[in-house]
Amino acid sequence: MKKLIKNVALAAVAASLFPQALAAQAKVTIGTVNNADMIRMQKLSEVFEKENPDIDLDWVILEENTLRQRLTTDIATQGGQFDVVTIGMYETPIWGAKGWLEKLENLPASYDIDDVFPSVKEGLSVDGTLYALPFYGEGSMTYYRTDLFEKHALTMPQQPSWDQMMDFAKKLHDPDNGVYGMCLRGKAGWGENMALMTTIANAFGARWFDQKWKPELDQKAWKEAMQFYVDLLGQYGPPGASSNGFNENLALFNSGKCAMWVDATVAGSFLTDSSQSVVADKVGFSLAPSQKTRQGASWLWAWGLAIPKTSDAKTAAQKFTLWATSKKYAQLVAETHGVAAMPPGTRQSTYANAEYLEKAPFAKMTLLSMEKADPKKPSMHPVPYVGIQFAAIPEFQSIATQVGKFLSGALAGSMTVEQAAKSSQRATERVMKRARYYR
Amino acid sequence: MHLTLRHQKQLKTLVIGALAWGIALLLFFPIFWMLLTSFKTEIEAFSTPPSFLFTPTLENYLTINERSDYFHFAWNSVVVSVLSTLLGMLVAVPAAYSMAFFETKRTKSTLLWMLSTKMLPPVGVLVPIYLLVKDAGLLDTKAALIVIYTLINLPIMVWMIYTYFKEIPKDILEAARMDGATLLQEVTSVLLPMSKGGLASTILLSLILCWNEAFWSLNLTSSEAAPLTALVASYSSPEGLFWAKLSAVSTLACAPIIIIGWFSQKQLVRGLSFGAVK
Repeated sequence: MKKLIKNVALAAVAASLFPQALAAQAKVTIGTVNNADMIRMQKLSEVFEKENPDIDLDWVILEENTLRQRLTTDIATQGGQFDVVTIGMYETPIWGAKGWLEKLENLPASYDIDDVFPSVKEGLSVDGTLYALPFYGEGSMTYYRTDLFEKHALTMPQQPSWDQMMDFAKKLHDPDNGVYGMCLRGKAGWGENMALMTTIANAFGARWFDQKWKPELDQKAWKEAMQFYVDLLGQYGPPGASSNGFNENLALFNSGKCAMWVDATVAGSFLTDSSQSVVADKVGFSLAPSQKTRQGASWLWAWGLAIPKTSDAKTAAQKFTLWATSKKYAQLVAETHGVAAMPPGTRQSTYANAEYLEKAPFAKMTLLSMEKADPKKPSMHPVPYVGIQFAAIPEFQSIATQVGKFLSGALAGSMTVEQAAKSSQRATERVMKRARYYR
Repeated sequence: MHLTLRHQKQLKTLVIGALAWGIALLLFFPIFWMLLTSFKTEIEAFSTPPSFLFTPTLENYLTINERSDYFHFAWNSVVVSVLSTLLGMLVAVPAAYSMAFFETKRTKSTLLWMLSTKMLPPVGVLVPIYLLVKDAGLLDTKAALIVIYTLINLPIMVWMIYTYFKEIPKDILEAARMDGATLLQEVTSVLLPMSKGGLASTILLSLILCWNEAFWSLNLTSSEAAPLTALVASYSSPEGLFWAKLSAVSTLACAPIIIIGWFSQKQLVRGLSFGAVK
């Protein structure tokens, strides 16, 4: 008896320490980011599990940057920890070209791939082959306080210019009454201040690299754009703007402290939600500002679900990705969480839904932003890269993080724009030369 | 006006007391703020200026309960912390014993070398360790974390126990040997009982370090073996308000170790300050 108890206990300890040995069903491990749409997907996946009792879903939810690093380590070393990964428009073309992801071909007719926005499809493909199915997409747009505009007899055009934005900010800036003219991302990071800064630079006619991959950060257009950003946010932004990211600006706008804000279209649902925002019924929407050109003025991003080559449950994983990005899933969200909660920015049919357009006041502008965005032509000048607020090359993440720090420094006043531009150019040249883009 | 010696002493005690309280409150404030924020709504958590007075809500704790299996993560933390501490002690006690009582000319340099391994940034060895764990088939297992945590904490455990053992006079062990005690008896009946306090503080410190470790737990686990640090990481987001929920999950993650720390603070303080005032 004692021996039996000992053996059972040992088996229990072994099972607890080495769980893989006991796998029975097809287990699909999904690595995803923590945001409202993904959390909703996790909740609703119970429906999928009921429909597919032979598939067991396991969730790994992490903050965007942590997830990116975690997935890169696993996929590059062929760890095989994940069967479905949530990746964006930046990683998909790079990882797809490296052969790390399964090709997503021969999708069933019921999936209706032609319903997906062409720009989103393009951003998740390599040479016309899709490597991730889009879960949700976003552009950038201008949010403004309609009550303040009315009070100052101002009119926001459908697409303002950055000069107009400066003028509006000047008139609306009233820090004594807790209202700042302009809120923008200032926190350093390639997905933080550099996402916005790149769209401003695009609008000012700048580009990251010329056709021979030589950086252009010390050129006139970049310097003008940087100076404009520093002046606008420095003069009419909230105090400590150099440490504000999406969340900080969202909180400022929601508490009525921002007159204008240019950021991701996904913010529209938070700003118009009266349980989160004290200005929910006073928010207006227009396109992201342009300047010399409209090209690249609004960014384009989509989160997609991809299947790593190393997955040992590819069939089950594909079944899940098809379900989670389907029209049927969007319908399920509408039925359970309301029509305004449908995943935005991926399917044209969502925007053909009159009820959605009515319940989501930001939807029309989101649609316009998504339609105008072209990741292949982010600048008025020809470029060798794909991506609007980024260049889809592996080196971009570290380059833009470094440039973001210099820009944040210029905003905080620890260096001049001239110094920031020079340092950015030097740092970028070093990385690009080392990576042998040019000599 | 000249202060009397007694008054001077009283004033000194008062100033030192106030300073100690000030530092203690400063150190405790982040934990207090985290606890407070966990009972706020997301919009209150982000409000400027921050609010001290608000209507508390349990909404964040309910959301966590609904979204995540807290006990699964907590159990993993307990198993990994306890087993790696035990494994660490099994290696550290004999190592410290030999170094403290049978010192050679290389003992000091070995001890220094062991400590120097703590200076290596973990990310520098991420890929080789990831590959080793993968090839051993131990990704997302508690066994991998137990081995890694043991190796990470060994230097500090050996150092602590070594310092304790050095305080014990060699003569006592020699006397036991002369009385016919075997090596095992010498260690279990004489050495270990005499250094109970030191061993307890080493165990506590190792438990705390294992409980709080985030880099390897985030990189080597995904779902099955993920401890509480991975649960906390899942509530942070660059797009969306999350401070209140993050504070609630952090409170839940910290609570067990704070409680253990509170009840064993005497041993912990003794352990950490031992040898500091020689």
